[in-house]
Amino acid sequence: MSTVDPAARELSDYRKMEESITISETTEFEGDRELLTLNLGPHHPATHGVLRLLVTLDGEVIRRLQPIYGYLHTGIEKTAEQKSYWKAIPVVERMDYVSYYFNAMAYCGAVEELLEVEIPKRAQYLRVIHLELNRIMSHLVFLGTSALDLGAISVWWYCFRERETLLDLFEMSSGQRMHTRYFQIGGVIEDIPDGWIEQVRKFCAIMPERADTYGDLLNKNEIFLQRQRDVCPLSVEKLREYGVTGPLLRAAGDPWDLRKTMPYSSYEDFDFQIPVGTKGDNYDRYQVRLAEVKESVKIIVQALDNLPDGPTITDDRKIALPPRHELATSMEALIHHFKLVTEGMRVPEGEAYYAIEGARGELGCFVRSDGSSKPARVHMRDPSLVNMQAAPAATEGWLIADMLATVAMFDPIIGGVDR
Amino acid sequence: MASGGIDMEVIRQKVGDAEEFRSKQLRARDMLRGDLDDKDLDEFVQERVLTTTLEKASDWARGNSFFPLTFGLACCAIEMMTVAASRLDIARFGYEAFRASPRQADLLVLSGRISIKMAPVIRRIYDQMLEPKYVIAMGACSSSMGVFNNYAIVPADKFMPVDVHVPGCPPRPEALMHGILELRSMVHGDPTLGWRERYQAEGTEEVYPLAPADATGVNVFGAGGTEGTNA
Repeated sequence: MSTVDPAARELSDYRKMEESITISETTEFEGDRELLTLNLGPHHPATHGVLRLLVTLDGEVIRRLQPIYGYLHTGIEKTAEQKSYWKAIPVVERMDYVSYYFNAMAYCGAVEELLEVEIPKRAQYLRVIHLELNRIMSHLVFLGTSALDLGAISVWWYCFRERETLLDLFEMSSGQRMHTRYFQIGGVIEDIPDGWIEQVRKFCAIMPERADTYGDLLNKNEIFLQRQRDVCPLSVEKLREYGVTGPLLRAAGDPWDLRKTMPYSSYEDFDFQIPVGTKGDNYDRYQVRLAEVKESVKIIVQALDNLPDGPTITDDRKIALPPRHELATSMEALIHHFKLVTEGMRVPEGEAYYAIEGARGELGCFVRSDGSSKPARVHMRDPSLVNMQAAPAATEGWLIADMLATVAMFDPIIGGVDR
Repeated sequence: MASGGIDMEVIRQKVGDAEEFRSKQLRARDMLRGDLDDKDLDEFVQERVLTTTLEKASDWARGNSFFPLTFGLACCAIEMMTVAASRLDIARFGYEAFRASPRQADLLVLSGRISIKMAPVIRRIYDQMLEPKYVIAMGACSSSMGVFNNYAIVPADKFMPVDVHVPGCPPRPEALMHGILELRSMVHGDPTLGWRERYQAEGTEEVYPLAPADATGVNVFGAGGTEGTNA
């Protein structure tokens, strides 16, 4: 090992910036107890991205947990304000990068509420199918990576196999694997291709069985169970205080699901159950998601069975692009096309908040319009950020190893936390 | 093939002639026994032995066994995981040993957008990696800020050298795989690493100095402090 005097070396500007952040551990004393404050992240393989945690430890027991955010701050809300309404969709999609259909749905829903536009039934059903496929995909990524954190690597391989099948479906319907921009203001961008429905049916036929397989892989894994059962539970009251929604709240026993309580995009047409847990511990958090995968499959099958015919986007030419063939024959269509592409749609003044049940909880989008073709303000209520507020309460007093398991079960997507 | 997956056909092909393979085997056995004479031996050596330089041999080994860092930033990180998953299976090429510590890794894949707050941290991680080290900027954000042309994002080229840029938002796993293989051919070709000088990145690996002999306190690691290097 060579000895280099680090002080003698000239640091780059970027390294000088980093000198302002302390990442060395510090000790403090509380009576005769020595408390060690440890830095975890932003680069840590078990924090799901660039989450940084300051953990104050008494031996191995967590006394204080302070998450530090902003390492993935992307300025998505600000960028959305600088783009016309329909060109902001790709930007918001990249927010919570595992559930892009949900982001697009929340944003499009808010703008549609301002525009007071009617969405064709077929578009609503196609949205539901894609949302639920995305929910399955998101839960698969959650299950795979969380199990990986807890040392059960095989589940990860299986989950990513199914994820590939799902991404093939997304690619088939929209041409992209991730960030598909399939949802358009007023409907969906185009109809599904031939053969897509059969592929989705094929997937739906195998997925419940596969979900059982993953359950079997984990539920008989004693190490996994020891780290999950009765670890870091939170009560419904406590979770509500923090504003936690989604699978975490349902794991504690509250069947709060916006798909049932405030149905949007024709969710009221479908028959499905809301899986709930009893204790609200890590085990319930994982089981609830696994059960949700099966419920999502049920919704998809129903939507496929009853998929109505008709247009897939509104025929309001002020909102949606005219069909390509009309451009050659209709002057009117050409003008609408030109106006939409160059300036974008004008949205009446007003404010709208549109909330949907994302894969991680209530995903809401607030849009304020000043009557121009660009949103005056776009704000997303991302469940990852809100849910993480409960992480200190859940983990304080538990071991540091339990904390890592709990963060995995909270499933924060840092792209959504920092935006 | 499992039902529901993408339909795929496996075609088995014979590699070479069994007869020829057998005679080659016999000749190798003869050589080992010392049964081959002058002309036969010369022929055998011409046919079987490759000469190379040590540098080329080490480049060959290095290029075929990158140790990528387990380091994900954003969307691209999910696709980076996919590269290791079963469909693409990065292990076919020898890059499956993902390392959690920058000290053990020699390939940094910048998988996602880099915020101004994260950039110094990434630079530090890069500095902590030991030479030789390589960087792939995966996706539009880390190459050119991508769709986020705003105050928060900084492209990787601004603060560290990048060997390969992989375009896409996010790139397909196949694209990342292609990027890694491009890097492999770069390493095999022993490229002049001029861009590192330009970024003052040569020899920036962070090595902690040995603790002075009269240092007080217990250092469980034996050498060096665990604090930041520029205290």
